[in-house]
Amino acid sequence: MRTLGFLLTVVCVIASAFWAYHENYKTQEAYAETRSLQSEIGAARSRLTVLKAEWAYLNRPERLHELADLNFERLGLLPLSPRQFGHVDEISYPATGQSPLKLDFADSIEVSSEGAEP
Amino acid sequence: MTRTPLRPLAAILDARRKGADPDAIERANTRQRHEAIRTELRGVGEGRLLVLGVMFFCAFSVIGARMGVLANSEPTENRAVRTQVEILAQRADIVDRRGRVLATNIETHSLYAQPQEMIEPERAAQELVKTFPDLETKRLLEDFTGKRKFLWVKKKISPEQKQLVHDIGEPGLLFGPREARLYPNGRLASHVLGGTSFGREGVHAAEVIGTAGVEKQFDDYLRDPANGESPLELSIDMTVQAAAERVLHGGMKLMSAKGASSILMDVHSGEILSVVSLPDFDPNNRPLPPTEGSPDDSPLFNRAIQGVYELGSTFKAFTVAQALDLKLVNPATMIDTRGPLRWGKHRIRDFHDYGNELPVETVLTKSSNIGTARIAQMIGAERQKDFLGQLGLLERMPVEMPEAHGGMPLTPKNWSEISTMTISYGHGLSTTSMHLAAAYAAIANGGRKITPTLLRRNGPAYGERVMSGEVAATMRGMLRKVVTEGTASFGDVSGYSVGGKTGTADKPKPTGGYYDEKVIATFASIFPTDKPRYVLVVTLDEPEVYSFGEKRRSAGWTAVPVAAEFINRVAPLLGLRPDVEPGRPTGITLTSN
Repeated sequence: MRTLGFLLTVVCVIASAFWAYHENYKTQEAYAETRSLQSEIGAARSRLTVLKAEWAYLNRPERLHELADLNFERLGLLPLSPRQFGHVDEISYPATGQSPLKLDFADSIEVSSEGAEP
Repeated sequence: MTRTPLRPLAAILDARRKGADPDAIERANTRQRHEAIRTELRGVGEGRLLVLGVMFFCAFSVIGARMGVLANSEPTENRAVRTQVEILAQRADIVDRRGRVLATNIETHSLYAQPQEMIEPERAAQELVKTFPDLETKRLLEDFTGKRKFLWVKKKISPEQKQLVHDIGEPGLLFGPREARLYPNGRLASHVLGGTSFGREGVHAAEVIGTAGVEKQFDDYLRDPANGESPLELSIDMTVQAAAERVLHGGMKLMSAKGASSILMDVHSGEILSVVSLPDFDPNNRPLPPTEGSPDDSPLFNRAIQGVYELGSTFKAFTVAQALDLKLVNPATMIDTRGPLRWGKHRIRDFHDYGNELPVETVLTKSSNIGTARIAQMIGAERQKDFLGQLGLLERMPVEMPEAHGGMPLTPKNWSEISTMTISYGHGLSTTSMHLAAAYAAIANGGRKITPTLLRRNGPAYGERVMSGEVAATMRGMLRKVVTEGTASFGDVSGYSVGGKTGTADKPKPTGGYYDEKVIATFASIFPTDKPRYVLVVTLDEPEVYSFGEKRRSAGWTAVPVAAEFINRVAPLLGLRPDVEPGRPTGITLTSN
């Protein structure tokens, strides 16, 4: 009985030591992964700032203006002018008298609401 | 242990036989027994004390050892709970009101040399000069072969340059990482942004510190690592600023002016949407401050905020507004304009002779100095000073720029009656364009003081009331008339109902007196006058244009056309819809008095 208790204790010690070392290795591994992720994030961030800076540099008004000038024949871009926007009711439509809509009444189907119930 | 009886029978009987007291034997035995018990107990007690002492000693040793270990170990962060903010850009970005980047950071490298590790200093020097033409071979060679153990070759190099230096293959040339400030838009808003330089420098890092503009003003905010991800939002609109710089540059060339400035401000919130000062510079490569010549000829000089000038007739609007507010006159009151007006040894003249008298409204639209001086006489020095002070024209503008400290208005030492009369038409009191813009904003927004700001605000930021709403409305009508009927007729932009006042002031000589042929031409305008949104101040320094057979310098011929083109280009960008101007309602006229 005594020997059995002693053996059990030894087995318990070995098992708990195994568990503790296992946990320790898992923690180390997690730390290493965090570290590599952190450095990856850092690299991604610095790449992002470079890309943002490049985007801002490529979109600088001076360059866009030059590009618009270079491609004027193709795109015909000009500075925005006040004449380019207004209300719909400020547009002068063609003179009345001739309807701009041409309706074709051949083969028309007659639709009526006669006899319909509300 | 054998227990000895207290009354041993043999001893008792023996004592009785001898006639002695048998109790004495018992007492002696009792005493002996007690002594034995005491000795035993002491031994036990001493043993316990020893165990306790050893326990305490061990406990204190463990605690002491742990404390020693803690004190000597390197501090490390708990990696498991660390947040994601680690290697961030050190300095916060600066963005415009719509979030477009005006200033950001970029990783570059610095190049330094350790001559004692060099193998071929001569070749290294020659190759370096090929990559960086601004270096001198002779000087480099002296440094490389001399006693120095460390020297900076270049503070900032591009990746291409870094590769070229790598290709030299010299182990004594080394690179240190650098975070450099980048202004991707080049010259855009250069005066607002200012610039940066390196503070304390090490091999592995260098401090970036602001040297001018908002970079200096908000240095603490920008450097605070907590603000790494929250950029500084300015009120500037990048598109508007770009268009403004282009128009103003064209206008400056066309009018052969040596400098120009413009301010576009929201009249309700005081946000400065664009502020331009020409000539400008590239903040990526900020020039050194000039060591000789007038500081205002340097491109670093911010004409809009630092340039303190007499702004001429633009001040007439304030005189008329105050007279209306005090109910001294109404727009139709006739004012004596017979000239020249003599006051002591001074004579006040008009550009043209306007006859004997003019109504107040025409005094403003035709810009009569004499008429305005007469109105100022009615107001008096004290009240004029108070009013101009309320408009903020007598103190520094609290704009968020270190340069604004240089823009202190110059006021007369003795605010006499003649000062009152000359100040009424903008002579004898020098202010910056920013002061003028803020004061016109008060007229435009219905009479409330405005504090200009370079930071983005949400919604209106009105200050105290400086004139009544009716007076402000009347003034806007008059300013509109200046454009439709008066001196600023080139300023009419169809659809935007521009109103404003021109001002042409002779430039003062540094030696005293005024130049005959050098002027500062200013046009202070508000648009649209029927529902004011923006105030625009355009100033040209020494403009001159040849038209209709004569040289013209007055603001009506120089600053006004530039301002009109400005509004034409910028108003659509601001999202202002051109509008058919509402006709003046007949039969109803707003009057004071």
